[in-house]
Amino acid sequence: MHGEGTPDPLDPSAVTSHPGPDAGDTPGARSALEPSGAGDALAATGVTVREAGDGDEVAGVRPRWVALPESAEEIAAVLRACAAHDLAAVATGGRTKLHWAAPPERCDVLVDLGRMNRVLEHTPGDLVVRVQAGVTAEALASALAAENQELALDVPVPGTTVGGLLATGIAGPRGFRHGTARDLLIGITVVLADGTIARSGGKVVKNVAGYDLGKLFTGSYGTLGIIADATFRLRPLPAARAWVTASVGRPVTETATPYAYEGQTLDTTSTDVAAALRAMVPAITESPLEPSAVEVDWPDVDGPCWVAVLVEGSAAAERAKALSALMGGTAEVSEQPPPWWGRLPEPDDTLLELRVGASSLLHLLPALRDAAHASGAHPVIRGSLAAGILHIGLRGTPGEVAGFVGLVRDDAEGTYDGRVVVLCAPVEAARRLDRWGRVGALPLMRRVKERFDPGRRLSPGRFVGGI
Amino acid sequence: MSVLERLTARLTAVLPPDAVVTDPVRLRTYECDGLTVHRATPGVVVLPETTEQVAAVVRLCREHGVPFVARGSGTGLSGGALPRADGVLVVTSRMRRIVEIDIPGRRAVVEPGVTNLAITEAVRDQGYYYAPDPSSQQICSIGGNVAENSGGAHCLKYGFTVNHVLAAEIVTPDGDVVELSAGDPGYDLLGAFVGSEGTLGIATKITVRLSRAPEAVTTLLAAFTGIEAGGRAVSAIIAAGVVPAAIEMMDALAIEAAEAAVRCGYPAGAGAVLVVELDGPRAEVEHQFAAVERICRDSGAFEIRTAASAEERAAIWKGRKSAFAAVGRISPAYIVQDGVVPRTALPRVLAGIDRLQEEYGIRVANVFHAGDGNLHPLVLFDDAVPGERERAEIVSGRILDLCVEHGGSITGEHGVGVDKARYMPRMFTEDDLGTMQLLRCAFDPEGLANPGKVFPTPRLCGEAPGVRTGVHPLVEAGLAEQF
Repeated sequence: MHGEGTPDPLDPSAVTSHPGPDAGDTPGARSALEPSGAGDALAATGVTVREAGDGDEVAGVRPRWVALPESAEEIAAVLRACAAHDLAAVATGGRTKLHWAAPPERCDVLVDLGRMNRVLEHTPGDLVVRVQAGVTAEALASALAAENQELALDVPVPGTTVGGLLATGIAGPRGFRHGTARDLLIGITVVLADGTIARSGGKVVKNVAGYDLGKLFTGSYGTLGIIADATFRLRPLPAARAWVTASVGRPVTETATPYAYEGQTLDTTSTDVAAALRAMVPAITESPLEPSAVEVDWPDVDGPCWVAVLVEGSAAAERAKALSALMGGTAEVSEQPPPWWGRLPEPDDTLLELRVGASSLLHLLPALRDAAHASGAHPVIRGSLAAGILHIGLRGTPGEVAGFVGLVRDDAEGTYDGRVVVLCAPVEAARRLDRWGRVGALPLMRRVKERFDPGRRLSPGRFVGGI
Repeated sequence: MSVLERLTARLTAVLPPDAVVTDPVRLRTYECDGLTVHRATPGVVVLPETTEQVAAVVRLCREHGVPFVARGSGTGLSGGALPRADGVLVVTSRMRRIVEIDIPGRRAVVEPGVTNLAITEAVRDQGYYYAPDPSSQQICSIGGNVAENSGGAHCLKYGFTVNHVLAAEIVTPDGDVVELSAGDPGYDLLGAFVGSEGTLGIATKITVRLSRAPEAVTTLLAAFTGIEAGGRAVSAIIAAGVVPAAIEMMDALAIEAAEAAVRCGYPAGAGAVLVVELDGPRAEVEHQFAAVERICRDSGAFEIRTAASAEERAAIWKGRKSAFAAVGRISPAYIVQDGVVPRTALPRVLAGIDRLQEEYGIRVANVFHAGDGNLHPLVLFDDAVPGERERAEIVSGRILDLCVEHGGSITGEHGVGVDKARYMPRMFTEDDLGTMQLLRCAFDPEGLANPGKVFPTPRLCGEAPGVRTGVHPLVEAGLAEQF
């Protein structure tokens, strides 16, 4: 356990444990840094700054100010003012995941990148786009669609900005085929805690000049610097898409027929969902039909689940038909995804991410059901069977949630070298949870943080090991 | 007794008897990698067999303040494995076990000395392969691929080494053994490590992704009268939404060299040839092939050949794969350049290269991965002609300037190494490089891991982040910048 020993974020006196500019309530606060001094310094940057209000909380911690920079230079000006007055800053875009990760140890300024919403450069012939961090994924998608192109990243939370997508590194269904944010990012501009503006990569797909800071910043939860803009490789929109959806574990019709794959006969009337998936999923992923994604939706571990497979390309319909033969009597081909496709499970106030090798995942599924029964928690499971990433929404008391996480983690980490991360949880539950679980190279990560943000001013405490 | 001698004595104590090389004749065999213009005889060479031995070597280097350089098969083309006369060369050639193959899990765990092709050979029968395929894949090592983030002809569709490495056990410059994994929470240190050219530590075990062999592969050769028409075809293929596994182009001079060397039999009179490879589900490949063939004809291809079998495919690739070495048939010496431009800038950059040829009286043969704008201009010269080598070097450098001016990169796959460190400031600002250096300092505050590579200016990291006291003597002497 670590990190969750941070003060109760709902207790206003607790957030001032590190004397910040609003430390006036706390005896012993540094008198030299009165709020007005820091506020004046922020105002002097010329960047739009307002007092924080409802809706500006970061995992329950309310900042004092909200800054709205419009360029990398303006972010730098804000961070220089923060450096001069030792203010802690947290970056946000669409505010869809401000409640994710641990509460910051302190938070004075919320750097809202909502005004950095321009597509800076899109050369269709190069299949490359450079965008400011505050552009929403939807806005980017529509700009690219106009040129018949796309960024092949799924966005599980509507309203997510490019910066938020990168900072959290959250992946969706097509990560299996096209890679995740780290794989599609080819260049990045970041602003460090001291106001330094730095770039790495570029706008060509193939480039090995210098360190790839984009990878380092992807999934770093704002703890190393603020992402100002990003450059991605694109791809042409596929000529066609088709989804094959099948239910597993309960027949849709009484006439559902058993199906065979490489000598194994599988019965769709089986209630052993996990056993059925262990047979079906490898048949799909090992087929030469090259699915782009293989997703599961399992809303109740005592009931059936649904599997949906995406194929993309000019021969999508033909390949989908061939795939449906591997997916049993309930398989149906559609040009539309099922409604749950690519969305995080509900409820989403307690959300886990399980990562494990795809073949191990199929063996781990019974453990999820067992953990639910043993803990009393109710998991809603959704995610990629092919890539080995599941998102689990949990209903239950804090004790039930903690019990479920502990049991799943024992199996996932202990037996299959997997990882379970608590993406978000209500305060009461979070108190009893180790959010990050096993982190391999924590001492090295701490050293990276110390070099990039020695004053611990950027999202302090939000990340692994209290980084 | 020098520091190196003291260190060598200690190395002998922790390594097997024949794993420490000090014989000057044997040391000289390690004096360069695939880029032979840079040479240095290593102070001492070690040939460890295990992670523990690598860690012990690195700890001893640190204890003695001696730099170390890692080397796999030594096929690199940027001098990334150039040894240090005052340092230790850690050669991983004895670490070549395939530790584990997990077909259901689609992964293999290998030691760094395993060759790239050996992985594919180990899993081919089961219908899998390791996707990145640098042209040296028969001999280059996975450890070297990880250091350089190697690409290959097929990275247009399948990506680079970094997209296919799932985890790595590394020995840090402190001598600690650390596991970096793409699936772990926390910073993506694995992503930063791959391509760091040996400056962040030494990979001692690498977990790679195995890919399903495609159902169908079709290769097409299209001949054009000139490079412009070939370039139009490339743009049209991409615009049509086709992502081939590879699109390679050669110009007339490169074709002439290949013909002289391997009699590849490319269509007579071709001013440019395009090799396009499509792979994937059969139905998909058939659709795409029809589109590509039509586009090539519309763009002015005067001959199109198709290979369906492995033998026919090899015949088409023969000329392309031999191109670098083949240039030796038409020129006594040459420089292999590696630059990248946005694909749409290709015509302008090629015109620029033409102007440079005229201006300096130097011939340039062009071979490139046209799909991703990665140029490999071969700058030809004759050492017997006074001043020609110098002019060739100028042309080679100015080609990189052209790449940077057009928004490209000074290296697409060969790496920066020692060769291009001086070009880094053309692409990056002081602040960009300083920020990269922060990562270096986190891993290697003493600057002992492959110093002198990647970055143009040696820098010191400072004792501890934050408060700094006094001025470092090297800074005072103007020998280094402190960051």
